[in-house]
Amino acid sequence: MNASKKRNPKKYINPYLGGVILGLVLIAANFISGRGLGASGAVKSVVVASVETAAPKHAENTAFYSDYKESHPKGPMKSWLVFQMLGVIVGAFLSGTIFGRLKLKVEHSPKITSKRRIIFAIIGGILFGFGSQLGRGCTSGSALSGMAVLSYGGFLSMAAIFGTAFALAYFFRKNWI
Amino acid sequence: MGPLISNDIISSNTNFLFAFLIGIGFGFILEASGFSSSRKLAGVFYGYDTVVLKVFFTAAITAMIGLLFMSLFDWIDLDLVYINPTYLYSTIIGGVIMGAGFIIGGFCPGTSFCAASIGKIDAMFFIGGLVIGVLIFVEGYPLWEGLYTAKFMGIPTLSEKLGLKDGVVVLGVIIVAMGMFFVGEWAEKKFPQKEY
Repeated sequence: MNASKKRNPKKYINPYLGGVILGLVLIAANFISGRGLGASGAVKSVVVASVETAAPKHAENTAFYSDYKESHPKGPMKSWLVFQMLGVIVGAFLSGTIFGRLKLKVEHSPKITSKRRIIFAIIGGILFGFGSQLGRGCTSGSALSGMAVLSYGGFLSMAAIFGTAFALAYFFRKNWI
Repeated sequence: MGPLISNDIISSNTNFLFAFLIGIGFGFILEASGFSSSRKLAGVFYGYDTVVLKVFFTAAITAMIGLLFMSLFDWIDLDLVYINPTYLYSTIIGGVIMGAGFIIGGFCPGTSFCAASIGKIDAMFFIGGLVIGVLIFVEGYPLWEGLYTAKFMGIPTLSEKLGLKDGVVVLGVIIVAMGMFFVGEWAEKKFPQKEY
């Protein structure tokens, strides 16, 4: 019980206020651009662009890249999500600056080492990267933005992501608590 | 009137500018709410910090209500708004893999970029993982193409699936969200953890 009183002074905004503002940003995205927010799609753009540059022959001969090229005639980097993710990086940096949270560090539970934290971060990233492509979008693109427009897939995605994380939480508790 | 891009009120370059500005708002709010900390994000799965639940569902219901009313007032044509198609198997299996990635890695893609931009080194490695994961999907695409395109259900909404009006479904989600906020507030008192 004492732990909750001894919270660090670094201030986060009220989560419900944050949620309302995030909801308004999501409405703006739909109203202006006719689409929701996202993140993993921008990673895909970067991956496709990198492969096209680093191994043009391979990209030419692989169906996935040629199909992608056909559906994105202006090139993989000229995509809404790439511009949006550049904004995300700037926005998060601004917030980190204003609230004094800019600091190079590996954040982990005191019970585990930095090395263990980093190994798990990489494994988690690989799974999330793969899953977001199979599931056609991540927590923001598929779950949050999908739910906002009442997409059936959005609700399914949300349930599958959070349900699985809850179901597995016990096995990875040492990393977090 | 809306969406502005579909009705040719703005050009596609202006749309990219708005994408950048919307991204700034998105990133700012995620960071300011604490989504740049993996331990705060993972907290929802142990009950010690339910900020994810609160922000995520408040944002979802705010956007749902907003879009519903804007469409009632004819300010936005929801038929022109992108709704993700539902492929039953890949949505669920992809979601399960993402859920595992979430509890193991402590971030989702959007939050990892926020965390990396304020200097979290674990988030930078998570992003490295994301790139590898996407590359595996892209390079091995023929292996999972069947699963990826199986059980296409069109682009149904939850209201169509349940045979209810949009407004009724939104009301239902609001009630469920309120219940979860209540449980979240209770859990934070029940399972306190220090922040690091």
